[in-house]
Amino acid sequence: MDIQTGFFYLFAAVLLFSAFKVVTARNPVHAVLYLMLTFSQASGLWFLLEAEFLAITLVLVYLGAVMVLFLFVVMMLDINVDTLRAGFWKHFPLAATLGAVVAFEMAAVLMSGFRLSQAPQVVGPAAQVANAQALGVLLYTEYLMPIQIAAAILLVAMVAAIALTLRERKDSKAINPAIQVRVKARDRLELVKVAVTQPAPAPAAPEAAAEEKKQ
Amino acid sequence: MSITLGHYLSIGALLFALAVVGIFLNRKNLIVLLMAIELMLLAVNINFVAFSRYLGDMHGQVFVFFILTVAAAESAIGLAILVLLFRNKNSIDVQDLNSLKG
Repeated sequence: MDIQTGFFYLFAAVLLFSAFKVVTARNPVHAVLYLMLTFSQASGLWFLLEAEFLAITLVLVYLGAVMVLFLFVVMMLDINVDTLRAGFWKHFPLAATLGAVVAFEMAAVLMSGFRLSQAPQVVGPAAQVANAQALGVLLYTEYLMPIQIAAAILLVAMVAAIALTLRERKDSKAINPAIQVRVKARDRLELVKVAVTQPAPAPAAPEAAAEEKKQ
Repeated sequence: MSITLGHYLSIGALLFALAVVGIFLNRKNLIVLLMAIELMLLAVNINFVAFSRYLGDMHGQVFVFFILTVAAAESAIGLAILVLLFRNKNSIDVQDLNSLKG
């Protein structure tokens, strides 16, 4: 058993274990952390498959961005776990049977049907090209249009996520700068003619003064 | 004994089966459902990369690249909808999503 085989079984075992913990973990935060472990193990598998660029992309984009987004959302929501876990084990026998059947059938077919053990050896000038370079050449020549569509999809996703969650404060004191710039002096300042002298108010009635004195 | 293509495909199949079991088990918790979908996409990606390696065809890896893009967009919008749902209903139970009465 060479070292690659050993690493394959190590990555595979940790991958399947952490995937199982993702779907059965009680605390959603733990589930997200196990999901991060799953993705890192998948990245290791991709390194074994000599897809270095995608493996690093998986770590950077998935572990670095998407999973952290998940973690933020899970921590932000105040979830009552007990109500969500009600009836969790009721469906377990059915789910386990179904999963076992799917896994057994697929593994039986795949293990016997794909005995391809030797990857084709690349010869000639293509052998010196790194994985990232080969991928980049392919992306920017043959797949130029799809990559622009992918960029547009990401832009639309960003706009949609912001538009969905943006909420204006009701007690905000923000000012509209356009209105502020367009204001004229006469809108703010009013000149009022006031008489220079004013007659003194009439003195109070003497009866009222006398009544106050009595009390 | 060396690792064959079948080994990698089996890993993908087992991961997919685990994700299906997860969807069955966590039928109420929307956030774990999203995570199970991510696991399914990962299983598909493993298959793509394995085929790309063993058949010597780079196009499979390009496809994985696009799947990653779409998965990132999907999880961003899914989480935004989840936050919106939690704000309005104060719960992420799938069974509370019945205002359309469909």
